[in-house]
Amino acid sequence: MTTLQPTHLMDFAYIAAIALFVLALKWLSSPSSARRGVLAGEIGAALAVGTTLFNPELVQYKWIVVALLVGTMIGIPLGMVHMTAVPQRTAMSHAFGALAAATIGIAEYYVRFPHLTKFGMTEIALEVIIGSLSFTGSLIAAGKLQEVLPQRPITYRGQNFVSLSVLGAALVLALILIIHPEYSLLFIAMVIVSLIFGILLVTPIGGADMPTVISLLNSYVGLSAALLGFVLNSKVLVVAGALDGSSGFILSVIMCKAMNRSFTNVMFGAFGQLQPVASGPKQDRIVRSATPEDAAGILRASNSVMVVPGYGMAVAQAQHRVRELFDLLTKKGVDVKFAIHPVAGRMPGHMNVLLAEAGIPYDKLVEMETANSDMPQTDVALIIGANDVTNPAAKTEQGSPIYGMPIIEVDKARTTMVIKRSLSPGFAGIDNTLYYMPRTLMLFGDAKAFVGDIVQALSDGGGH
Amino acid sequence: MPEGFVSNLYVFVLAGFVGFEVIRRVSPMLHTPLMSLTNALDAIVVVAAIIIAGRAESTLSIVLGAVAVAAAFSNMIGGFLITDRMLRMFKLSRHKKQ
Repeated sequence: MTTLQPTHLMDFAYIAAIALFVLALKWLSSPSSARRGVLAGEIGAALAVGTTLFNPELVQYKWIVVALLVGTMIGIPLGMVHMTAVPQRTAMSHAFGALAAATIGIAEYYVRFPHLTKFGMTEIALEVIIGSLSFTGSLIAAGKLQEVLPQRPITYRGQNFVSLSVLGAALVLALILIIHPEYSLLFIAMVIVSLIFGILLVTPIGGADMPTVISLLNSYVGLSAALLGFVLNSKVLVVAGALDGSSGFILSVIMCKAMNRSFTNVMFGAFGQLQPVASGPKQDRIVRSATPEDAAGILRASNSVMVVPGYGMAVAQAQHRVRELFDLLTKKGVDVKFAIHPVAGRMPGHMNVLLAEAGIPYDKLVEMETANSDMPQTDVALIIGANDVTNPAAKTEQGSPIYGMPIIEVDKARTTMVIKRSLSPGFAGIDNTLYYMPRTLMLFGDAKAFVGDIVQALSDGGGH
Repeated sequence: MPEGFVSNLYVFVLAGFVGFEVIRRVSPMLHTPLMSLTNALDAIVVVAAIIIAGRAESTLSIVLGAVAVAAAFSNMIGGFLITDRMLRMFKLSRHKKQ
């Protein structure tokens, strides 16, 4: 004879929450239904949290309420950051997610350790190791993205050996704990060693690889939440963790493909440091430059324009000027589209958000494959703040570090215009052969000022 | 091997497949909101943190539980907030059909 227990009601609430979470992700398949997805997620989360507060096991509410208030006070400003700061905000929220997973695992250990089975200890040890390393790793990633830490990879001789030894030490400590769960000092040591490993893991990785790193950390955080679900025997955590983990994993794979790199290469390759490959004789290379008036004239005479934006556009705060240019040209009957490379910006999809914020309609944003098939019929490719993702060396120069990386083939357009401060190399430190091609016009200057000047010239030049 | 582990593993594998199939279909345009939304959903660990803090088995478990509640809940609030802010910006052309 079974009666309906309060815990059964909680389970029903959790099942409903999980179903709503899956729907939330499903509705993210298109911008038109995506906001409904957020609402579904919010209802699911509110349902789960609300029911949990009525759990009869709870005997003391004071600190829960305080912590919920603190969380709200941290969460609201983190939800209101500027769109250019979304990557570091995301890294911070990975850190918070990992912190929560790790601290719950640690608390669970101290509650249970005198009676832990070997199996239970294995689960807790794995969960706490992954949670701890994701916590410090995400903090380092956030620091690099916020530029309080150096963007360039920090490397030294024997680095990979040192890092892997630290990870090995954490695993050895975990093994001893599995045999002797009561050695609680070793547990603290294992947490500390894992925290150190997280720092060592992300510090050597350069800024150019941040989109991949941030996705990988995303999947680690999801994995730690799922493992926590195993530890606590909580299926809602297993599911939420699995969803988050698979999302991070898919994004990591997409980012690696977009840069033609492997996971191991990203984690241990320290991309973008010394460039030993000299790219040909420099003296006979001719650079053609043009004024804003020339550029305006070419744009006015064209039928189709493909804008290729990069993170440099956001750094220069040029996106609103770009929108004015888009409006003017569209009004004159020019077909203007934006070609988005998967790694444009500092995290997956970042450039789309920046352009949407500037008011560019999303049906004008095209993915790399579409952009490349349209490129030969495009009159003008206009590159603003992007560099490596347009470098033809990725197709032609086998010695180049970016060889094999898919690029937006701007050199196929009838005219290519590049707005740039100087001929200096980009994020990855590689010279761009595009700048010396016969159909390339360099527009030297600050992106915001230069686009503003083009807009000025276009509106002065009349037209209807 | 405890029985709970096996049933959790079933759930994990199936949820992983569902996640893979659903997320594969997310528009690449929305990958940033995807990450902030999954962060907010992942913050459901707050329910475990609430139980740890509220059971009040020791001072340590209250402190660690409260830290976890604050960290996870900030992700939940902040994650939903920023995802919605981002999605509100995505608009179609006004004169798409002429």
